[in-house]
Amino acid sequence: MIDRYELLLALAVALFAMGLLGVMVRRNLLVVIMSLELMLNAVVLSFVAAAAHTQTLHGVAMTFFIYVAATCEIALAMALLVLLVRRRGTLDLAAGQELRG
Amino acid sequence: MTSLALIPALPLLGFLVNGLLGRRLPHAVVSLIACALPAAAFLLTLGALSTLNATGVPLAETLFTWAATGTFEIEAALYFDQVTAVMCLVVTGIGTLIHVYSIGYMHGDPGYARYFAYLNLFLFFMLVLVLGKNLPMMFIGWEGVGLASYLLIGFWFQDPAKTAAGLKAFVVNRVGDTGFLLAMFLIWYYAGTLDFQAVNAYFGATPPTNGVMTAIGVLLLVGACGKSAQIPLHVWLPDAMAGPTPVSALIHAATMVTAGVYLLSRLSGLYLAAPDAMTVVAWVGAVTALVGATMGVTQYNLKKVLAYSTMSQIGLMVMACGVGAFQAGMFHLYTHAFFKACLFLGAGAVLHALAGEEDMRRMGGLAGRLPFTFGVFLLATLALCGLPPFAGFFSKDAILWSAYASTHGSPALWLVGTAASFLTAFYMFRAVFLTFFGASRVEPKVAGHIHEPPLSMSAVLALLALGAVVAGWIGLPPPLRELLGVGAPFFDFLAPVLAAEQLRAGVAHSAEGLLMVVAVLVALAGIVLAWLRYGRGTSPAASAKATHPLHQLVSEGYYFDAFYDRFVVRFMGWLSATFLARGVETPLSRTSLQQTAAAGARATRLFARLQTGELQVYVIYALIGLALVLGLGAVS
Repeated sequence: MIDRYELLLALAVALFAMGLLGVMVRRNLLVVIMSLELMLNAVVLSFVAAAAHTQTLHGVAMTFFIYVAATCEIALAMALLVLLVRRRGTLDLAAGQELRG
Repeated sequence: MTSLALIPALPLLGFLVNGLLGRRLPHAVVSLIACALPAAAFLLTLGALSTLNATGVPLAETLFTWAATGTFEIEAALYFDQVTAVMCLVVTGIGTLIHVYSIGYMHGDPGYARYFAYLNLFLFFMLVLVLGKNLPMMFIGWEGVGLASYLLIGFWFQDPAKTAAGLKAFVVNRVGDTGFLLAMFLIWYYAGTLDFQAVNAYFGATPPTNGVMTAIGVLLLVGACGKSAQIPLHVWLPDAMAGPTPVSALIHAATMVTAGVYLLSRLSGLYLAAPDAMTVVAWVGAVTALVGATMGVTQYNLKKVLAYSTMSQIGLMVMACGVGAFQAGMFHLYTHAFFKACLFLGAGAVLHALAGEEDMRRMGGLAGRLPFTFGVFLLATLALCGLPPFAGFFSKDAILWSAYASTHGSPALWLVGTAASFLTAFYMFRAVFLTFFGASRVEPKVAGHIHEPPLSMSAVLALLALGAVVAGWIGLPPPLRELLGVGAPFFDFLAPVLAAEQLRAGVAHSAEGLLMVVAVLVALAGIVLAWLRYGRGTSPAASAKATHPLHQLVSEGYYFDAFYDRFVVRFMGWLSATFLARGVETPLSRTSLQQTAAAGARATRLFARLQTGELQVYVIYALIGLALVLGLGAVS
C-alpha cells in the first residue's frame, strides 16, 4: 500500500513540474500567470501534506502566509498585465524582447 | 633644544602665509612678514652660534625618523657645526638684506606677494640644505633650492624666453643631481651610512679601492657642477639672469650656487681619501675660473658679466677644495657673498634707474648721475678684483697660495688662477668704465628719469659695500698676521671641522708675500688695460672686434650651448619623434592596447548573446541555477 503522504508529495511535485513547464513554454501571458499560481499551489500542497504527516501546525500557518503573498502578487500582476497589453496590444510573450542583449 | 628646527621653519611660515594669503594682504604686511621672519632666523642662527662657541660641541637635533627599512635608516636630523654656521649666517644674513632690498626693487610689481613667497621658500630649502645632518636631508634642500630657482628665474612667466631660461636651469641641474644620487648610492653601498660625520670618518679610516673613491668623488663633483655652474654644466647660469635682479644676487651669486662648494667642504674627509678625485676637482675649478673669466670679457649685458664672474669665482672656490684648502674655499665663499651680492644689487639699482636697460652699450656716464650707486659698485668691484684691503684680496690670496703651495696644488694651478684674476680685474673694470664713465649713451626717453634708489635699497647697498670692504679682515694671511700681530679668527673658527691644507715640502712661507705682490700687480695690470681700452671714452661698438674668430668663439660662450643643442637636445628630439614615437609607441599600442580592447569586446558580445530578452529563457537560466545550487548541496 502506498503511503498517503508520499502520494501527496508526488502530486505536489507533478503539479510544480506542470506549472514550471507551463511558465517555460506557453506564450500567452495569462496562461503563464496561471501556471505560476499552479506552482505556488503545489508548494502549498506540500506544506499541508507535511503538516498532516507530522501533526504540527507550522505547515498550516505557512499556507496562510503564502496565500496572503499570492493574493498581493496576483493583484499587482494583473495591473501590470493590463498596462502591458495596452502598450503592446497583445498577450503574446514573444512580441516584446526589449531587453535583448 | 628646538631652535635649530625653527631656523628653517620661520621662512617656511613666511612662504605659507604670503603664498596662501599674500594676494589679499596689503603690500606693507607682505613685506613685513617676508623680511621679519628671515631676520628672526638670522638672530636664531646667532643664538646657535653662541651656544656652539660656548660649548665647542656641534649642535645636533633629530626631528623624526624619516625612513627605516631593515638596516637602512634615515633620520630627519639637523646639524650645526662651524661650517654650517658660516653658511647659515651668509644665507640668513645676506638673505635678509636682499629681502629688504626687494621691497624697493619689486615695488609695484603685480606678483609682489608671490615674489616674496618664493624668496622665503628658497630660504627655507637653502637652510635645510646647509643644516641637514645627512646626505638625503641635504638632497631635499638641494632639490628644493632648484625648484625655487626655477620659479624665480621664470618669475615673469608671461615672457616665454624667461620661462625657457627657468626650464633650462632645471633640466641642466637634473644632470648634476643624477651624479649626486649615484654618489649617494655608492657611499651607502660602501659605508652603510649617509650621515656626513660617519661618512667622513668611514672613508677617512678605511677607504675602499682608489677607483671607487675616485668614482664617488667625481660623481659628487658632477652634482656640485650642476648646482654651482661649473664647466661643463654651467650653461644655465647666464640664462638664469632672466629673473629679477635681487634673485640673481641671492640665489645665483651669494647662496645657492655655492651649495656645490659647501657639499665638497662637508665631505672633505671623503675627498682627502680620494687624491685622484681631488685633482679632477681642482682642475675643473681652475678651468671654470679661467673660461668663465674670458666669457665675461666679451659680454655687453651687465648682469651676464656678473653671472660669468660668479661662475669664475666659484671656480676658484672649487679649485681651493680640490687642493685641500677647504678653509680658504669657505672663506672666499663668505667674502664673495658680500661683494657679489653688492655688485648684483648695484647693477639692480642701475637697471632700476634705467627702466630695466641691461645693455652696457646703452649706458655710460652714469657716475655723475648715480654717485651713490657708483660708489658702492666701485667698492665691490675692487673687492672682486682682489685689491687690498678689500675682502676679496684676502680670500683670493688664500686660494692662490694654497693652489701653489698645497700638497695637492701645483704652480700650473696657481698660474691659471692668477690668469683668471687678471681677466677678472679687466672685465670688471671694463664693465665699470662702460657703465659709469665716458659719454652717456642712454636712450633719451629714459635719460630723464635716472634717479638714485630708494632708502630700502640704498641702505642694503651701503651695508653690503661695508661688508665688501671689511669682511676679509677676519682671515688675514700668515705674513700679514705676523706683521700686524693679529690672529685669523675665521680660520681658527673653522679649524675644528676643516683641516688646514698640508704644504708641499720645500715651499717657503716667505713665498706667500711674493705671490701676494704678484697678485696685486696682476690685478692692477688688468685695471690699467681696461682703462686703456674702455676708459678713455672710446665707443664700445668701435673698439669691439666682433668679427675676429676668437672673439666670436668667446662671445658665443665657446659654443657650449650650440653643442648641447645639436648633440643633446636635437638628438633627444629625434629619438623621441622618430624612434620612440613611431618605432615603439605605435606598435606597442597596436599590440598591447588595441588588441586587448578588441578581445574584450569580442568576449562581451559572446556573453551578450545570452541576454535574449525572452522571459522564458531567463526562467530556464533560473532553473539551471537552482538545479546547480541544489545539486551542490546534495553533493556536499
